[in-house]
Amino acid sequence: MSLAEKQKEPQSNGIPDEWFRPLDRSEQDAEKVSRPSLSYWGDAWQRLVKNKLAMAGLIFLILLALLAIFGPIFSPYSVREINPPNQNMAPSAEHWFGTDELGRDVFTRTWYGARISLFVGLMAALIDFFIGVVYGGISGYKGGRADNIMMRIIEILYGLPYLLVVILLLVVMGPSLATIIVALSVTGWVGMARIVRGQVLQLKNHEFVLASQSFGAKSWRIIRKNLLPNTMGPIIVQMTLTVPTAIFAEAFLSFLGLGIQAPYASWGVMANDALSTILSGDWWRLFFPALFISLTMFAFNVLGDGLQDALDPKLRE
Amino acid sequence: MEKILEVKDLHVTFKTYGGEVQAVRGVNFDLKKGETLAIVGESGCGKSVTSNSIMRLIPTPPGRIANGSIVYKGRDLTTVNEKEMRKIRGVDISMIFQDPMTALNPTLTIGDQLTEGLKQHKDISGREAKKKALEMMDLVGIPSPEERLKQYPHQFSGGMRQRVVIAMALICDPDLLIADEPTTALDVTIQAQILELFGKIQERTGVSIILITHDLGVVAKIADRIAVMYAGKIIEVGTKREIFYESQHPYTKGLLNSVPRLDIEEDDLIPIDGTPPDLFSPPQGCPFTARCPFAMEVCDKVYPDSASCSNTHEVDCWLQDRRAQLVSPMAGTKK
Amino acid sequence: MLRYIAKRFLIMLVTILIIVTLTFILMHAIPGSPFNQERGTSEAVQANLEAHYHLDEPMYIQYLLYLKSIVTFDFGPSIKQPTSTVNDLLGRGFPISLELGLVSVIVAIISGILLGIIAALRHNKIIDYAAMAIAVLGISIPNFILATQLIQSFAVTWQILPAATWSSPKHMILPVIALATGPMAIIARLTRSSMLEVLTQDYIKMARAKGLSPYKIVFKHALKNALMPVVTILGTLLAGILTGTFVLEKIFAIPGMGKYFVESINNRDYPVIMGTTVFYSAFLIVMLFLVDIAYGILDPRIKLHKKEAE
Repeated sequence: MSLAEKQKEPQSNGIPDEWFRPLDRSEQDAEKVSRPSLSYWGDAWQRLVKNKLAMAGLIFLILLALLAIFGPIFSPYSVREINPPNQNMAPSAEHWFGTDELGRDVFTRTWYGARISLFVGLMAALIDFFIGVVYGGISGYKGGRADNIMMRIIEILYGLPYLLVVILLLVVMGPSLATIIVALSVTGWVGMARIVRGQVLQLKNHEFVLASQSFGAKSWRIIRKNLLPNTMGPIIVQMTLTVPTAIFAEAFLSFLGLGIQAPYASWGVMANDALSTILSGDWWRLFFPALFISLTMFAFNVLGDGLQDALDPKLRE
Repeated sequence: MEKILEVKDLHVTFKTYGGEVQAVRGVNFDLKKGETLAIVGESGCGKSVTSNSIMRLIPTPPGRIANGSIVYKGRDLTTVNEKEMRKIRGVDISMIFQDPMTALNPTLTIGDQLTEGLKQHKDISGREAKKKALEMMDLVGIPSPEERLKQYPHQFSGGMRQRVVIAMALICDPDLLIADEPTTALDVTIQAQILELFGKIQERTGVSIILITHDLGVVAKIADRIAVMYAGKIIEVGTKREIFYESQHPYTKGLLNSVPRLDIEEDDLIPIDGTPPDLFSPPQGCPFTARCPFAMEVCDKVYPDSASCSNTHEVDCWLQDRRAQLVSPMAGTKK
Repeated sequence: MLRYIAKRFLIMLVTILIIVTLTFILMHAIPGSPFNQERGTSEAVQANLEAHYHLDEPMYIQYLLYLKSIVTFDFGPSIKQPTSTVNDLLGRGFPISLELGLVSVIVAIISGILLGIIAALRHNKIIDYAAMAIAVLGISIPNFILATQLIQSFAVTWQILPAATWSSPKHMILPVIALATGPMAIIARLTRSSMLEVLTQDYIKMARAKGLSPYKIVFKHALKNALMPVVTILGTLLAGILTGTFVLEKIFAIPGMGKYFVESINNRDYPVIMGTTVFYSAFLIVMLFLVDIAYGILDPRIKLHKKEAE
């Protein structure tokens, strides 16, 4: 017996001999707890919920949407009703946000403004989405020369200063809700198309796509069934971040005199109309539209950031 | 021979969302001057964490050396402050990383990256630094070094980059070189060249090497001793010969059976079934129990003490216990 | 490298041509003629306009002559200010706008990068959260809104800074803050995230393993790589800042190009609109080109493309 085996002797202390028999595996397997596996979306949602700032943004936006839809209905005042005796009244029990120089209720007008701002933002995001997905999807999926040409075009469009083009378009088409949305979309889809193309390229050569190709599925079917769902993450984030950009652009245009025309008023128009009040002290006229533009953009930005973190598979543990 | 490094009962943990991961759970080993020790194991077994701990390069937080000591030339590195540690890094202990494509800064010239360590630690003129750099380039076998010094990493091939990284690690004449998967990202033919280079360097400089790898082929080529790691513990350690021909631990045997070898005729490769345990809540017994074909009840309940098979060969396995021979044909099969 | 520059240059020319063509088409798409429908246009001005735009020539000749006038930097007369040409207005207004824009760009870049680095180095600490909170706010508050609130507080309520005009450095403070905050926030966020990404790279670990000091690691190894993405968005930011000057000049009553531009939009002074748009677009597109070149010089890998291509 070697020295080494002698050293092993003390091991018997405290260890019962009957433990030295083959392990019964059946109970062991039964005990095995696997971590609950969540779907991509379920997982992403859980992480979004944990992000307090993003959730605050989401809740704010839901409230804002509700107020934009129902606020004007419950308000006793009308957006366009001019009421000269009431002009420039400070916030009070009757007029929560005060009145403007024509005696119109700022509270009511703020929710009308919300309608317009949200509508512009959402429409711009949706139109960007459709053009971007079609263009980027085709470019990425076809590849080769078509892709090359399409990307050159994007590269050139990307170099255009987009607000200047929007201004030019609006000068020609005349400012209105529809033309603002059209002008924003004409220049806005480029970023989305780039993102979609990138995603499609990444996923194109994945095994599951090759698999469905070998089963003889048509190209379109491959795009729709396999590629699109997987590219949704970054696209959703991009859409969320398009909305505040569009809201900003609309307010910016209002400041240039290219905003929605009276009697309707977006937040930008309201703020622009109130510019002269900076010096007169009627702070509420500028404050409320300014506050809501900023809060809404903030909410969309933090929600977008939150979505980005939640949807990025790299962060999955 | 003189021991230059002694790691005792090293515990390293990482805080994550899901709780604390015990990446390294009581690792012991030592290293002698001029020796090459290979630490072998599957990914996630804690081998890289161990080597990063020696360099104190564990990102803290979330990581933390929870317990144990790392004694380098009589000094416990776990108690040295960061400023002192910086004087040790690169000068006494150097490190080579897995992927030479990412280990070099793409926006700095090779010459700049080679000499900056030298300039940081030694009072040396630019000309001397360059001379030393050229010497190192020559040592690691990079042709036309003068011209190469002015180039950027993207102008180098993968193999050449790894040579640069090795030159970079050796330029301050360290006593200990930690190579973390130095050949994994390279082509097979280039792997062989790099491994040869390690041998040549050790011969010339007498540097001790800790080689972290999952590739037993690499180990067979240049290691003197081998430590096999599993689930944050070293489960078997011995000389190259002892590990390759007299391995005792079922995991080591499984590892050897799962790679193709030219020296032993094998009909087919036998993979090890299952996956390593979750280190959020490591099992109290032997972590290999669930995958071990010879598992006994005791394995599930208590972690075995180290058993010595020779002066250089130790194994943590209950099969070494005499009582195991009654139930398992595998037990005590050593000569 | 040369090839890269040539390609960028070509794209730049095409982009400018597109914007010039676009202005031409759009102006001619306006119902009636944009140049004679307005009341109050004196006959002298009318004659000037017709002469400049060659309205009696066929369309393609008009287009070519228009191109020629742009190339020779002649943007024609103004309708509403009969004594001035568009060039006069640009000459008067643009230097002021450029000053405002440049100061804002510099402030935005320096403060943004600093904020981003600090946040990245104090990752997940209070400073990081604070810096990023500032950044999200900066991105969310439109510059014109910020401008009005700055005037309200600093000029009206506390009366420590002038509310308007452009006569001393003191007058620059509020408009520059209003204009620089948004781009600063974007740069800070980008710097932070790209810095965090770079700090996880192997070459940073390698630098630490060499025993380099944290100062050297950040400023020599990390910063240049981390700033690459920042360089790529500078062109877009510049566009934002320059268009931002339009409204800010209106709000702060600064006599820059933006003031004339807004006026021209409000009273449909088409030659001024066209001239300003073309001039600003060309300016921005050239800037974008220069940024691309700068990027090519900063990133040694771009030179590789030249080698591969040849």
